[in-house]
Order: sequence, then C-alpha cells, then structure tokens
Amino acid sequence: MSEFDFSTTLGNAFFNTPIFTASGCASSGKELAQFFPLKDIGAVVTKSVMNKPRYGRPTPRMAETPSGMLNSIGLQGPGIEAFLANDIPWLVEQNSRIIISIAGETIEEYATLARKIRSVSGISAIEVNISCPNVENRGLVFACDPDASRRVIDGVRKTIGGELPIIAKLSPDVTNLPEIAKGVVESGADALALINTVLGMVINLETMRPHLGGKTGGLSGPAIRPVAVRAIYQVHAALPEVPILGMGGVSSGRDALELILAGASGVSIGTASFGNPHAAVEIQSELRDLLIAKGFSSLKSAIGFAHREVGL
Amino acid sequence: MSQINRSASHINATILANKRVGQYHQIVFGIGDLVKSCRPGNFVAINVGGDTSRMILRRAFAISRVSESASFGGTMELIVAPHGSGSKWLCSQIEGSEVDIVLPLGTAFGIPTSPVNALLVGGGYGSAPLFGLAEVLKARGCKVDMLLGASTSAKIYAPMEGKRSVNSLKIYTEDGTMGELGRVTEPIKVLIEAKAIDVIYSCGPMGMLRAISELTANTDVVHQCAVEEAMACGIGICMTCVLPIKGDDGQISMLRSCIDGPVMDGSTVQWHLVGQVPEVLP
Repeated sequence: MSEFDFSTTLGNAFFNTPIFTASGCASSGKELAQFFPLKDIGAVVTKSVMNKPRYGRPTPRMAETPSGMLNSIGLQGPGIEAFLANDIPWLVEQNSRIIISIAGETIEEYATLARKIRSVSGISAIEVNISCPNVENRGLVFACDPDASRRVIDGVRKTIGGELPIIAKLSPDVTNLPEIAKGVVESGADALALINTVLGMVINLETMRPHLGGKTGGLSGPAIRPVAVRAIYQVHAALPEVPILGMGGVSSGRDALELILAGASGVSIGTASFGNPHAAVEIQSELRDLLIAKGFSSLKSAIGFAHREVGL
Repeated sequence: MSQINRSASHINATILANKRVGQYHQIVFGIGDLVKSCRPGNFVAINVGGDTSRMILRRAFAISRVSESASFGGTMELIVAPHGSGSKWLCSQIEGSEVDIVLPLGTAFGIPTSPVNALLVGGGYGSAPLFGLAEVLKARGCKVDMLLGASTSAKIYAPMEGKRSVNSLKIYTEDGTMGELGRVTEPIKVLIEAKAIDVIYSCGPMGMLRAISELTANTDVVHQCAVEEAMACGIGICMTCVLPIKGDDGQISMLRSCIDGPVMDGSTVQWHLVGQVPEVLP
C-alpha cells in the first residue's frame, strides 16, 4: 500500500498529490488554512488576478440552482502588485505549492501579468484564465475565439520564457473544444484547465427580472460534472500527451476518479469547498483509497483509463 | 480585519431541542467547548438537506444565544423561520439528529469597556441575537433598551425570558397587531436628539439598517449593525456577499460580509452603493 504513487505532473511541475483548489474558489488560501494545512493538497490555485485592483460585478452575485450555483463575481481582486506583496509570501510560508491564475482584458494585459510574475519564486505554474464568463463584454472571453486564445498564450509564453508551465483555462461554451485546445497548445500551453463555469441565468420571479446583478453568471457544482467529463474525454482523445487539470462539480473521491479516467492528470475542487471547507482533503483521501481499491499502483496509471479498449 | 474568525471549526452537532414557537423554530445544538468562542453577532453556516440533497450551499444563521449547563455542556440556540427549502429542512430535524455546522463565523458586536446607554433595534427575526447581546451588556452595567419591529405580530421574536435582560422593550408593527402602530425607526430620532443613547446595536433587514445609519449620521451615536447579504460559503472564499465599505483612508472597498461582517460600523457602509459597482477604482 505504501508504494502507491499518488504524484502527478503538469508540464515540468511536480505535485505530491493530484488534488488542487480551483481558481476563484479558495481566494488566496488563507481562509481554507483555518481548516487544513494547505501543504497537504497538491497545490493552491489562487483566484484569477488582474493587473489593476478591481471591484467586480454588483450584487446579487450568487444564485443557488439544483445541484449547482451561478456566480457573478467579475474578477474582484487587489491587482497583481498587492497580490504579489501580500498573498504569495504568505502561501510560500505555508509550504504550499502555488499556481497563480491570471486574467486580463487585453492580450497585452496577460503579457504584463506574466512579466510581473516571471521573477517571483515559489511558483509551480501559471494558469492563464482566458475563459471567465463574468466580464462586461462576452466578446472578451478569449477562449471562445480560437485566434484570440492563441494570441494570449503566445504573448504569455514569449514573456515568461520556457521554465514556468502554462496552464490554459478553457471554456466548455464552444462548438469545437479540441480545436481551441490544439491552438493554445501550439502557442505554448503546457497543460489545459478544463472546465471553467458554464454561462447561465436565473430570473427572479418576484422582480421578474434577471436575479444576478450582472444578469448572467457561471454555473458550477455537480450539475455541470457531466459537461466536464465530456470536455476532458474529448480533449484527451485529441491531445493524449497534454496534461489536463480537470474540474467541474467534483464533490467526492468517485467524482475525481471519473475525471481522471476521462483523462485528467489532476483535479481541482471548487464549489464543493463552499459547502464543505474540508472538501479538498476529504476528496483527496477518498480518491487515494478508491484508486488503491481499483488495483491501480499509481495515479498516473489511471489517467485516461476510460479511453483504453475493454480487456486491456 | 479581513481574517476568518480564528475560532471557526467544522463540526457535527447534535440537536438537543427543536421547539416550534409561533411561526419560527427555536433549535438548540450541543456544541461543547465552542460556546466559549461564540460572541453575540457571530453566525453559523449549516449544511442542509442531507447527503443526497440538491442544495449544495450552506445556510447562514445568526447565533441567538449560547449557554453552558452541567447536563448538556455547551449549547447554542438558533431562531429559524421555515421560509425556504433549506430552513424548512433544518426545522424538520428531530432531537438527536446530527447536523454539519461551521462556527463561529464573522465579526461580533463590540462590547464597551465602561457602562453606556445602549439601544438594541431588531427587525423581524433579526432580533434573535440581540437578547444574547443584551445579557452581555447588562453584565457590563449598561442600560439596555430594546425596540423590536416587524410588518405584523407573527414576525416579532420576543421571548419571555429575554425581556428580563433589558431595561425596557417596545414593539412596533406596521399593521398594529402588536405593540404600537408604525416603524421601529420612528422613535430613534427623538432618542438621539435627547442624547439618551450612546450606542445602537441593530440586526434586521437592510432597509432598516440603512435608515438607522442615516439617523445616526453626523451624531455622536455609534451604530453597530449586523448586515444581511446572500452568501454561498460563509467562510470568505466565494466573494459573493460583498458590500461597499469606506475605509479610514476614504477609499471604498468591496468587503465580504462573512469576514469583515456581519457586524459592521453602519457609518462605513455605503448604503447608496449596495447592488452597484463604485464608479472608478482610484
């Protein structure tokens, strides 16, 4: 049992375990650290940070839906300078592995962020969030446009050089996800984060108007898990060599295993942490037990298992 | 500021009593030594619906009061009105049931170090935490007057035993079915002008909190209010429950009511900007 190898890699970054937080669902880790040591999980993926401080969208920002929720935060945050000055040193002190998630309004903003992060020590990888659905102009969801996606990743790659792995976070709200995935990989992404939330809306029956201040929001939670499994399966089939950080409605070890069998090398826990602050560590322990019970000797041997022919 | 409550713990608590009182339930949980960390104003976040529920988010409730007894150890009381599916589920839990709770969360009402004249104002079931607060203030030698208001008598929460911890209690209903006809905010102006109060503690609907903040503006009266904003997590990670708050430097920040609240200084809340986004970030 002790020989079971739970480790995983995303590009050249090594992680002791395959369970991560999901960007935007753990802030910068300080609050979850009240419940478990952050170094116990694979890595903390921080809330997507932009170049300048940002208020985000108006309230209400949340609506619970059957087995899910809509959020409309709109990338509220302190801006990269304050984030690097306050949040990163604290996470480094916790001996947590860190993946910084960045978001921009323009292709240049992503490159600027990459330049500011380039020399920061203690970072395992950079997640390039090109798929936040809560921006003022849906035209700015780069991940819905193959050409814009490529140009963002290209700009980040050229700025940070070859060392730090780039994880491109993609949206499932596209017609041909494998094509977008191929584009960003050709532009220099080492790994893919699948999936961001699914665009949705709730109408308030009292006001008979959209409930959220931002009108639309991102759907997350168990309701979208089958969308995540499909997206991961499709992209892994098209790009079997590219590691995928899977996410979307995972709230138990069996859910995490489903994403891994579909092709994920790691699994991020997002909305489940809202309902259960111990979700990440509990899921991690359940996943480990489940992999061992299924007879796998390592996590890596289970990645993409669902693609293998029956009998092999 | 801006830190999760250092005592926050994630526990399974047993329901020791669940009593229907009028239109609400008085539910008592065994929480052991955590009572020592619970302060008036703090809240709890409860997982509802059981393992197979389609409700994935916790429900937040203000702690009504805590106590310690030889037979039950540390206990906590919540006042819950069965309005939505989550609170209905909680009210249907029988004695002996285990419930998944994160507590204590958020900020607490500030307690003065020397005796003051305190006015406690509650709207609807928002009055629940004020009785626990009244006990603490009385123990500090404060004069404690309470005003409770609601649209109608059925929505007034005023337990018999709670009345003992206040010097006076006045009730206002908008339909006149209990106490005086009118709004709870009406007598406050007079009390402020008469310099009869030093601090107002309030808990209830946002409209009431805003009205009190407007009455205390440009006066020496301190207004500590417990705000209500929809939250998904209660522990500071989802960023949904934010309110526009003016800092000492004059800058407005969108602060989480679960971490920097629920108890906030009413004079710092930019009530006119709630539900909006401040124009520019300096």
